[in-house]
Amino acid sequence: MNTEVVDDAPVVLSARRISKSFSGVQVLFSVDFELRQGEIHALMGENGAGKSTLVKILSGFEQPTSGEILLDGKSVKLPPNGAAEALGIVIIHQEFNLAEHLTVTESLFLGREVTRFGVLDRKFMRAETRRVLDLLGSHVDENAVIGSLSIAEKQMVEIAKAISRDARVVFMDEPTAVLSREETNFLFRLVRKLRDKGTSFVFVSHKLDEVMELTDRVTVLRDGQWIKTAPTSVLDGEAIAQLMVGRELSSLYPAKSEPDVDEEVVLRVASVSTGYVRDASFEVRRGEILGFSGMIGSGRTELMEAIVGLRSRLAGEVLVRGQPVPSGDVHAINKAGLAYMTKDRKAKGLLLNTGMMANLTLQSLGRHSRIGYLDPGSEEAALVKARRRFDIRVRDDKIVAGRMSGGNQQKLLLAKVMETDPGIIIIDEPTRGIDVGTKQQIYHFISALARDGRSIIVVSSEMPEIIGLCSRVVVMREGHIAGILEGDEISEQEIMRYAAGLKRKTAA
Amino acid sequence: MSVNQEGSQEAIRRRNWRDIDLRAVAPFVALALLLLVGALVNPNFISINNLANVATRSAFIAIIAVGATFVISSGDLDLSVGAMVAFIASLMILFMNSGVIADPVLMLLAAILFTVVAGALCGLTNGLITTAGKIEPFIATLGTMGIYRGLTTWLSQGGAITLKEPQLQEIYRPAYFGTIFGVPVPIIVILSVTAVAAFILYRTRYGRHVVAVGSNRDVARYSGIFVNRVRTVAFVIQGLCVAAAVLLYVPRLGSTSATTGILWELQAITAVVVGGTALKGGAGRVWGTICGAFILELVGNIMLLSNFISEYLIGAIQGAIIIIAMLVQRSLVRKS
Repeated sequence: MNTEVVDDAPVVLSARRISKSFSGVQVLFSVDFELRQGEIHALMGENGAGKSTLVKILSGFEQPTSGEILLDGKSVKLPPNGAAEALGIVIIHQEFNLAEHLTVTESLFLGREVTRFGVLDRKFMRAETRRVLDLLGSHVDENAVIGSLSIAEKQMVEIAKAISRDARVVFMDEPTAVLSREETNFLFRLVRKLRDKGTSFVFVSHKLDEVMELTDRVTVLRDGQWIKTAPTSVLDGEAIAQLMVGRELSSLYPAKSEPDVDEEVVLRVASVSTGYVRDASFEVRRGEILGFSGMIGSGRTELMEAIVGLRSRLAGEVLVRGQPVPSGDVHAINKAGLAYMTKDRKAKGLLLNTGMMANLTLQSLGRHSRIGYLDPGSEEAALVKARRRFDIRVRDDKIVAGRMSGGNQQKLLLAKVMETDPGIIIIDEPTRGIDVGTKQQIYHFISALARDGRSIIVVSSEMPEIIGLCSRVVVMREGHIAGILEGDEISEQEIMRYAAGLKRKTAA
Repeated sequence: MSVNQEGSQEAIRRRNWRDIDLRAVAPFVALALLLLVGALVNPNFISINNLANVATRSAFIAIIAVGATFVISSGDLDLSVGAMVAFIASLMILFMNSGVIADPVLMLLAAILFTVVAGALCGLTNGLITTAGKIEPFIATLGTMGIYRGLTTWLSQGGAITLKEPQLQEIYRPAYFGTIFGVPVPIIVILSVTAVAAFILYRTRYGRHVVAVGSNRDVARYSGIFVNRVRTVAFVIQGLCVAAAVLLYVPRLGSTSATTGILWELQAITAVVVGGTALKGGAGRVWGTICGAFILELVGNIMLLSNFISEYLIGAIQGAIIIIAMLVQRSLVRKS
């Protein structure tokens, strides 16, 4: 890597002693950041470390509470709502900002359409779009409708949009999360090509290997503080991980306890099929923590939703303690002692405008009512108990769920599901978007529930979590169960082999 | 940590009076202001007699609006209530005129039962079209509004339907004009309907489910709530409230026509919104709704007593009130 050249390059954009608070909670503490011309700079940190806030501040979407931003060495106040694009600062969002019904050309020129005598000059705009796409080496048709493009192609359009606006600084937030390996390689080639022409990139990612492969320098944030900035070449993955977490990782997971081989099978899923999932079969024993791994879109959530009745099954049987449960009836399945905790706590798990109590008891109002009449005292008692049991900490007892931190929301959601006293709990992405301290707590809750004789299915895209928690792991790929791993087989490499389709074995 | 928590507990106590939900209080403040304005405009306004009169006249809208509170809290909308009043009232009068039961008291009781069943069925129809038919409630009830209104016009052949039996009229009259311990019956009906509704909405499982469904259907579904059942039942409650309003309406005039209850849906929705229920669902305020209905009637009354504004503008003023109420609601949301 040509670090020497980069070292001398002038600084394009920098942040000095930036602090930021949201409604009294400080999320950034006097952070410094420097982006040189023609470098790819990785911004790393755990969830909640303040990466996205820093990106938003450096692109004008948020204003800092204190501190200053310098563009070409001059202090500036970035205009809000994406108007910083005019200064050459472009952000490519994780969720694309593209209108599905527009064509590629229309998207590229949205908001700055070229006109001749007051009439759109469509010929010129099409030609210009083609030129930019060719420059990127992309075969996307400039007349295609956005909705018809693949995710990788949409990302290409976003990049083309950035380039057509003469971007000097491009922020990319987890750009590879939705890309295949080849698409990622293509993206990296493109980013390097643009870097060599002088464009600067800020690359926000959790994927250490990609950061090592692509970037020139790394800045690590932890708990809203700047920790270190260093050339990527002097660091290795282990070192970056240590900087991000700031402590030994080993204590994160509780000791595993495997259930006895002769423990009762409490859940038996036999040849379940849905629209996408085909012929899935597996068993869970009492007190077991079973992991579900696989790529995003491998059908894990769809299978779980079919098991708990949120979707109907096209074929197959689900038996809870030997008793078959009906298809598509959440209520009955819940009563049978099987509960599902969604991965989407904001859209599907909690009523964000409602307080803790109504959220906690929503799924289990039957326990707090006589002939339909609610007993507020009993609900209150449940809340007190749940807050102690799951360590839910809030500053104001009347707070609505939407204002709680992600970690507390997750604990409240777990408490809500546990209120139904299920024997089998399916937890989809147990620690998505929460800080490492809360993660550790949740792992211990899960482990305690298993020791209590409950069975838990953990669906997770975070491989360390699956490996750290589960005694058996089911790997899914393209709607099928690709393999079920046990004991020493459970390793990152082995799981990857099944998830990527390199290896396959039928359910034992 | 513990020191911190104690400190914050104190802060909570101090903040408590400021934490009162402005949206819940706003309609009552507006009502108080209106009473003040009214008293300044005309000293007769504030008399018990006049106020009791206003409250009595607000009964139809108030009772219908209580039902609308359920529908709106669950995230739906019912535009058909005005037409439904006309339709059910016509059916009730036709039933009483049919003379199938000779004894007038029994006849009246049968007619009341008939009306309640008719109301529930009309509501059920709206509910099923919306949920089982998966049609936007706005469109579904726009359709049934046309249907109920059209059927009324057809039943009355464009004219009026009048209660013929004088004996029946005589027994039934006190249901609107009578008093109990000096309190007009309609006011007692408003209060009891509201009390029952408030109990259902705030203190039962079903009420909690209504608000959850209105707040976020996915969360409700993932919590094992039968979303469509909850929504349908809300429409049935709306139908029952319309029936209750009809039971007060028929003894008042003893007659209906194709124009009965015109624009009542606007007034009912206005009352709900003025009362602080969010139009996009997720929060229901039954007592606020009653307050809203009372405000609407008071505005009309003040206009009548004041002589500065033509009373023919009442419809326009009510239209303006709903817009103002929405603006106020939104600005309060922003502040909180």
